[in-house]
Amino acid sequence: MSFGITRIELTEGPATREAFGEALAELGADERIVVVDGDVNNSTYTNQFKKSYPDRFFNVGIAESNAVGVAAGLAGAGKIAVVASFSTFLMSNAFDQIRMSIAFPNQNVKLVGTHAGISIGEDGPSQMAIEDVALACAFPGMTVIVPADGPSTRAATKAMIERDGPTFLRCGRPKVPVIYDDASEFHLGKANTVREGDDVTIIANGIMVAMALDAAEGLAEEGVQARVLDMHTVKPVDADAIERAANETRGIVVAEEHLAYGGLGATVAMVVAERKPTRMAFVDLGDTYATSGKPDELLAQYGLTPDAILDAARRVLKD
Amino acid sequence: LRYDPADPKNADRDRFILSKGHGAPGLYSVLAEAGYFPVEDLMTLRKLGSPLEGHPNMCRLAGVEASTGSLGQGFSIGIGHALAGRIDGKDYRVYVMVGDGESEEGQLWEAVMYAGNHGLDNLTLIIDHNGFQQTDAVDHIQPLDPLDEKLRAFKFETRTIDGHSLDEVADALTWARSVKGKPQAIVARTVKGKGVSLLEASPGDWHGKPIPPDEEAKALEEIGV
Repeated sequence: MSFGITRIELTEGPATREAFGEALAELGADERIVVVDGDVNNSTYTNQFKKSYPDRFFNVGIAESNAVGVAAGLAGAGKIAVVASFSTFLMSNAFDQIRMSIAFPNQNVKLVGTHAGISIGEDGPSQMAIEDVALACAFPGMTVIVPADGPSTRAATKAMIERDGPTFLRCGRPKVPVIYDDASEFHLGKANTVREGDDVTIIANGIMVAMALDAAEGLAEEGVQARVLDMHTVKPVDADAIERAANETRGIVVAEEHLAYGGLGATVAMVVAERKPTRMAFVDLGDTYATSGKPDELLAQYGLTPDAILDAARRVLKD
Repeated sequence: LRYDPADPKNADRDRFILSKGHGAPGLYSVLAEAGYFPVEDLMTLRKLGSPLEGHPNMCRLAGVEASTGSLGQGFSIGIGHALAGRIDGKDYRVYVMVGDGESEEGQLWEAVMYAGNHGLDNLTLIIDHNGFQQTDAVDHIQPLDPLDEKLRAFKFETRTIDGHSLDEVADALTWARSVKGKPQAIVARTVKGKGVSLLEASPGDWHGKPIPPDEEAKALEEIGV
């Protein structure tokens, strides 16, 4: 297949945060790269970079605002600065610092938010970033990436470093199924068609891509061929792929591990409304904070499952 | 300062960051005198199309090291430049000016803690201690003194000066360059509106306000323009 997709590995693969950490350490030979940490490097896996390049690794302590400002200064001195922390502490706590010290002056800083979504599990809602994509998309000029699995996170990390400008990469805590192989193509701003189909389109990112593929198998058993798009780049979004989906299939389901407001669903709907109105349905967290529990239990309780996607596709096709 | 208006991004330049971005007119005057743009352009301040925006914008004006105006952020950016200088083995120096009212922002103290703990001796913090903030005297809102003792507790070397004495300013900057192993803080005691009797008479009443047109001539005469 065109993107080298083999099959959904139901055996668990690496967490996207782990793939990011490994890829960053591998890219670290580039002496322009520096990493700023808010004392969570063993959770974000930037400890692998730290081990190889201690002189270019700065742990500023539990101080996200300062971490972002220090990264802005390093970028101002010509460095490619990576700040990694739990996504909610980075994006929510340091929002104004990102706005004023990075986005507005267009500094070459890479923001990596890990432990995104409710799939972090037992640590509970204070640690769950469910507003972070909306916050990141709000900044003019910010590129926003939500990769689906280990191999695409590695590719996303490389693309993020190569891109000149502020970029947000969202990673998760749990292990996730492997969708791509290492030879798969990855281009910022270009959706990957991970399954062909002409009846309905499922647009997803993050852990919802694997679930979308699972749902598509279920739809196939009902005689429905679903196209599945991995919309790993939320901003700038691949509007042409969305327009093609609206033209060539009977409706669009968007699935994301994020609140309904300001994320992938809202972004896709904006393109659909302007270019080619069609039936849509949304699978997301709606408008609520979650609770503590096992990741699988939480995903089921809050409706982030292949079955929920399947039902949404049926609704779209029924009208 | 080591600077070159013809090569404003030179990797070896000294850096000056105005963290209290509302002091932009002062920064612009100095940049104009230093040759970054024609002095006549100062009259375009805050006008549509001018790079001399209400607060400094580094994307539009050479010589501006950081876009500021949301308070408390400049010293962190200064730390980034100081760390880059350290890992690159460069001998440039970084100076960051903050306001006293601005020092109520928590981020400044996150940054001060880091700079002190890591002995960033290529970094100087200058506090414009004029005693007033937007609505009232600093002492009536969040008294900061003793600032020098606070900063020494955070492992800074400190010096308090009369910020209007050019000799004391020059001596303090020379002293700062001589300090090894610690960041330096210069607490510059200043008077808002110094030199203009109308402003000095009630320094808390003029924050962000222009001098009335009928007082302009007298004010300019008093400061010798």
